[in-house]
Amino acid sequence: MKADATLDCIGLYCPMPIYHTANKLKELELGQVLEVLADDEGIKVDAPAWCHATGNELLGIEEEAGSYKVYIKKTK
Amino acid sequence: MPEKVTLVVFSGELDKALAAFNIAIGAASMGMEVSMFFTFWGLNIIKKNEGSIKSRGMMRKMLNFMNRGGSKRLPLSKFHMLGLGKWMMGKLMRKVKSPSLKEMMALAKESGVKFIACTTTMGMMGISKEAFIPGVDSFAGVATYLAEAKEGRVNLFI
Repeated sequence: MKADATLDCIGLYCPMPIYHTANKLKELELGQVLEVLADDEGIKVDAPAWCHATGNELLGIEEEAGSYKVYIKKTK
Repeated sequence: MPEKVTLVVFSGELDKALAAFNIAIGAASMGMEVSMFFTFWGLNIIKKNEGSIKSRGMMRKMLNFMNRGGSKRLPLSKFHMLGLGKWMMGKLMRKVKSPSLKEMMALAKESGVKFIACTTTMGMMGISKEAFIPGVDSFAGVATYLAEAKEGRVNLFI
């Protein structure tokens, strides 16, 4: 998936990925897509929860070899 | 209007403080407005690490000597083992790049989390405002907590 920015959260545990995601998304424009790289499995459930609570759109999560690529579209 | 979260931080142990700040930072990252009310042993978390706690009267002097507090001095609630357990926990935390309590407190402040210290405990234990870190936003009592908790979607006692 194409993204406008990438955030590397490899090696980070809760709450750091969502903390950095929230801050990074502030730098983006409405409609832009952020790619978050993470390897804490919790992100699979936390990213949808975070998007739901903040009103941003989760475009998808790609999983490969124990790490995750989360795509979030800034809609709020 | 952002949704509100209130946390009563009653405990003065490192592990419980970490859990409290984890939730506070998480909530702030989800766009929620967070207030942390520090009371009783929880006040130890927001005491300055430097200097001594000055108070009057033998019992208070003794209490403040034994209950010095400060984010660096908090014990673990389990397996503290005179500090050995805490040292090992610190090593494990660094290994997984977890922020320290001090760093989490700074992140919470940057995220706009409000720190409120309980004046009743301060009065009873004889702790003055000078004993606390500058990050404390206000000194108040139960009415302040309840007024915020009433509007809160998430209210926790830790």
